[in-house]
Amino acid sequence: MSEASAKIAEVSLRRRQLAEFWFYFSQNRGAVIGLVVFILLVLIALAAPLLSPHNPIVQNRDALLVPPIWQEGGRAGYLLGTDAVGRDMLSRLIYGSQYSLFIGVVVVSIALVGGIVIGLLAGFFGGWVDSVIMRVMDVILAFPSLLLALVLVAVLGPGLTNAMIAIAIVYQPHFARLTRAAVMSEMRREYVTAARVSGAGNLRLMFRTILPNCLAPLIVQATLSFSSAVLDSAALGFLGMGAQPPSPEWGTMLAEAREFILRAWWVVTLPGLAILISVLAINLMGDGLRDALDPKLKRS
Amino acid sequence: MIRFILSKLLYLVPTFLGITIIAFSFVRVLPGDPVLLMAGERGVTPERHAQLSAQLGYDKNVVLQYFDFLGRLLHGDLGNSLVTKKPVLTEFLTLFPATVELGLCAIVIATVIGVPVGVIAAIRRGSWFDQISMTGALVGFSMPIFWWGLLLIILFSGMLGWTPVSGRINLLYFFPDVTGFMLIDSLLSGQDGAFASALSHLILPSIVLATIPLAVIARQTRSAMLEVMGEDYVRTARAKGMPPRRVIGVHALRNAMIPVVTTIGLQIGVLMAGAILTETIFSWPGIGKWMIDSISRRDYPVVQSGLLLIAGLVMLVNLLVDLTYGLINPRIRNQ
Repeated sequence: MSEASAKIAEVSLRRRQLAEFWFYFSQNRGAVIGLVVFILLVLIALAAPLLSPHNPIVQNRDALLVPPIWQEGGRAGYLLGTDAVGRDMLSRLIYGSQYSLFIGVVVVSIALVGGIVIGLLAGFFGGWVDSVIMRVMDVILAFPSLLLALVLVAVLGPGLTNAMIAIAIVYQPHFARLTRAAVMSEMRREYVTAARVSGAGNLRLMFRTILPNCLAPLIVQATLSFSSAVLDSAALGFLGMGAQPPSPEWGTMLAEAREFILRAWWVVTLPGLAILISVLAINLMGDGLRDALDPKLKRS
Repeated sequence: MIRFILSKLLYLVPTFLGITIIAFSFVRVLPGDPVLLMAGERGVTPERHAQLSAQLGYDKNVVLQYFDFLGRLLHGDLGNSLVTKKPVLTEFLTLFPATVELGLCAIVIATVIGVPVGVIAAIRRGSWFDQISMTGALVGFSMPIFWWGLLLIILFSGMLGWTPVSGRINLLYFFPDVTGFMLIDSLLSGQDGAFASALSHLILPSIVLATIPLAVIARQTRSAMLEVMGEDYVRTARAKGMPPRRVIGVHALRNAMIPVVTTIGLQIGVLMAGAILTETIFSWPGIGKWMIDSISRRDYPVVQSGLLLIAGLVMLVNLLVDLTYGLINPRIRNQ
């Protein structure tokens, strides 16, 4: 077979795998709904400057705690009302989506890359390397994640960047463990021995030969971590340790709204609803991904 | 079995040492001088600074300091709070029952509802009950519980006026701490309405804290049941003509419970993280709120030792879960 036809065969194989994946993914109605909502969220985040009617951090002193438009006292121009210092809720919610998605992407990227490298090292070399790495991961996992993230932020100083780093550090052992387990089961396969015999170096074996075959569980874990990252960063924001005011981050918005819970339902209800909808959409997608990528479930 | 327990215990030693190293280095890597921090805003003279440094051992080499720290730890000395000046361990033990009470209530709610829901959803796979309960579980799993708590306060405390907003009991009632559990102490006190007051304070925080474990347990029970019901021995039992109730109760449920027990045990870490948020929202005087307050007050000895105690506790519970797992599943033991 010539090189060109080998390439074509590979492309058609990829396409067939993708089609098969989509077939199983689209069977799950919830997963498709989750995907649609998630795409909408991404679009909203990208088009935030175009969509939002007001500047999210400008305070309008003549419009404090204005209720949503359908309620008595609501004003045209403030569709979802305003908060205690007269900032437009809708605009803040729209800009908030940027924060959540950004946090999710950054946290998952750091945790994923770190976890893959550490897990590959542990699984590939085994022995004392494996023992040392896994004991360190056990130590991190012994702390409740939110608590460790909180303390890390206290050390690093409150703020969005530090919150993201802290959450990524806390999530990273999950990826390391998954990668290690997958690598260890792949190492026994013949194709790895074949690659080794034909002279592939350690790095090539690790990243080109083995890693691509370990990706399925990592993708599922990445989706789940994405939603947890959105939740945990909102929790840190709520506790005053994440994004700092006046950023329109949803958790921070909730923290600022706490004292008005019995007077102005919209300042409390809406940011939380935004968090719930985003997290739910991502989790729905994660369930669909797991079903589509897990060969054990495919036949059932 | 004894060998199994010993091997598990031995395995914990390096992890625990790692936890102490993290807790120890926490105060070391903090920006600022710990002596100045303890001296507060008034500051200290250079002589007093040197004296305090020597007294607290900060003039020694870091490794020696770590061993000092470890030695004190083994003697049960976890340092004193900078704010209240009381020993950290005493504070921890005073507040701990509040968190345990809340956590136990939450895990009981989560188990009592979650397991039956998961079992029924699995038996009636694809039915409306399955679909609704699993959608509900996914919503619960995705819930920002700090928001959920606020919503419940708006509804039950604000609009309906059924439950109080914060605390463990109405301040009108006063009785001695016997067990530290408000529900039991209020009953023992014999005062009219005390128990009802304690219960009404406990119910909303427990529901909030139970939400995520409930969702996890329901989902896990359902998938464990589905897996077990596809096994040969269940099919055999059915083929023998055994009544469905007995097939599910005796053959399926007992085996499906093995992973579920583990899941329930592993919720302790989730509960601790949830307790931080729940206790903050409901001003519940427990460990979670204590940690948050100490972090914002920069009371570092408390944060350091609190971290250590909580991680140690989570580790112990995980050990118990492992041992239970070995007890109900002999295959694990003999590996």
